[in-house]
Amino acid sequence: MLDKKINHPLHAKTDIPVRFSEETLERVRKIIERYPAGKQKSALLPLLHMAQEEFLGYLSVDVMDYIASLLEIQPIEVYEVATFYSQYYLDPVGKNVIEICRTGPCAICGGEAIQSYLEQKLAIKTGETTPDGLFTLKAVECLGACGSAPVMQVNTEFYEFLTEEKIDHILDDLRRKSSEEKPEASKWKEKFF
Amino acid sequence: MERKILLKNVDVPGIRTFEVYRSTGGYDSVEKALKKMTPDEVVEEVKMSGLRGRGGAGFPAGMKWSFIDKKSGNPRYLICNADESEPGTFKDRYLMEKLPHLLIEGMICSCYALGANTGYIYVRGEYKYIIGILNQAILEAYEKGFLGKNILGTAFNLDIHVHSGAGAYICGEETAQIESLEGKRGNPRIKPPFPAVVGLYGCPTVVNNVETLANIGFIVNNGGGEYAKYGVGKSTGTKLISACGNINNPGVYEIELGLSVREFLYDPKYCGGVKNGKELKAVIAGGSSVPILPASLILKTAAGEERLMTYESLADGGFVSGTMLGSGGFIVYDEDACIVRNTWNLARFYHHESCGQCSPCREGTGWMESVLHRIENGHGRTKDIDLLVSIASKIEGNTICPLGDAAAWPIASAIRHFRHEFEEHVLHPEKCINSTIRQFDDVTIS
Repeated sequence: MLDKKINHPLHAKTDIPVRFSEETLERVRKIIERYPAGKQKSALLPLLHMAQEEFLGYLSVDVMDYIASLLEIQPIEVYEVATFYSQYYLDPVGKNVIEICRTGPCAICGGEAIQSYLEQKLAIKTGETTPDGLFTLKAVECLGACGSAPVMQVNTEFYEFLTEEKIDHILDDLRRKSSEEKPEASKWKEKFF
Repeated sequence: MERKILLKNVDVPGIRTFEVYRSTGGYDSVEKALKKMTPDEVVEEVKMSGLRGRGGAGFPAGMKWSFIDKKSGNPRYLICNADESEPGTFKDRYLMEKLPHLLIEGMICSCYALGANTGYIYVRGEYKYIIGILNQAILEAYEKGFLGKNILGTAFNLDIHVHSGAGAYICGEETAQIESLEGKRGNPRIKPPFPAVVGLYGCPTVVNNVETLANIGFIVNNGGGEYAKYGVGKSTGTKLISACGNINNPGVYEIELGLSVREFLYDPKYCGGVKNGKELKAVIAGGSSVPILPASLILKTAAGEERLMTYESLADGGFVSGTMLGSGGFIVYDEDACIVRNTWNLARFYHHESCGQCSPCREGTGWMESVLHRIENGHGRTKDIDLLVSIASKIEGNTICPLGDAAAWPIASAIRHFRHEFEEHVLHPEKCINSTIRQFDDVTIS
């Protein structure tokens, strides 16, 4: 966790307008209301999740600055949080982020071999994104699903008891879904924020 | 003989919805507490129950509650710790997924006892779908008048909100969780002051694990004395055990404390024995942070007594020959498991998850990972083994929060019980059963 934040080149430029829609802003106001008056900074973690989902799939400097302005806090307060938590991405990612668990319980149930197989199938190394921008492969620490090891999470979905055949199906499925537009994005927001 | 408290109704169809949950007697405890009991009476029942914190530390829950500062006049908060991140532990996920209302019911009674009008459920960011389930259950509880203003016509008001973390093991530590809930990095605070006096927003705060809070409804309904009839001695009640690793039936089991480890491990009702007919090699009984024990010491204590699933029995022998019940993450290793590789894997985990605040933990976890990586990859030196023991001993007890201890214990215990395996790796690395997959190492730390 420590290593990525030292001298990390934060991405500054974004070529899309960084502003939530009115509908999302209404949701932002509701999130801020969960915390006592004057403690709006508490909404930072949920809002960073929203911003990452809504804008680029990762957090650029101008996205983080926008969140700082919404919460009336200093940009540095956002940067220091964004660089601390591993679910906030500071680099561009593919449309689907595959997070394979690499921790002990998954490792002894074949997780390492599954990670190798994913690298082979996607023809990338862990940490990289496929040239078509469809997949980023990340190795993450314990996902809390050790009873169904090996596991991985793609976007919000858990995939359990992984085998090579299952990986084949999952990747095909994700490829098919990705050719459509992201239809469930708004429903996702509805449920999780 | 199986007696259950938490998962009694888990298989009732539709139990996730308010109506079905209510029809099984759900939320009765809220009516009883709010209408017939004073807050102090609820605290007394929880004290009498002997319920101990189910997150890992095992501190008596009633005593923790009794520390809350009621004189300051500041608002009080309850935080439900649902940041379940201890490798090998997935019981809270199961509980929240199947029985979200059980948690909310327990939280209402707990907030009433503590005089808190706001409760937060801090859910780890990876459990996004759980957040959806909890939000739905909370919405139903508001609609039915169990949350909000003047609950059940009483003067008691309560709001419960779900707050999402973002991937940081350290936020399971209560003061780091409070920092995170305030929108900051998860750096633990120095104690004292304890959260019960200076917690969230500087106000009196209690942080309890999901499973701990889920037990409160039963205690209110039946009394602390009835709860204490479950279990053995000071290990009262039941415990959710997350069983994983090389076993036939991985999953979440509710056991009455006092069950023998042998029965839990081999009975088809539970783990069902080691997978593929292999021999048992080792067990980590309470989540990755607790000492690993070899097969000979997990089934029986050093004194030759049957080892039981209780706080006391698992700790029998101290760290020389015992371990801890911890969070109940029961990880089983078969004869093929490489202890060195597993220890390196866990060292990498703690290095990755160290918040970086205290030097012994920040630097020590990195060194332990590097040295173990060297041994695992066939470049180890004999003196590396004692070097690891030395680093571990310098982290333990020298950090602000228990992550330092949690990082040191697995390594110190693996060397204590499997020293020969480390020596073998140094002298004959090619003999390791895992040598074929060794090419695969990713040494990058993201």
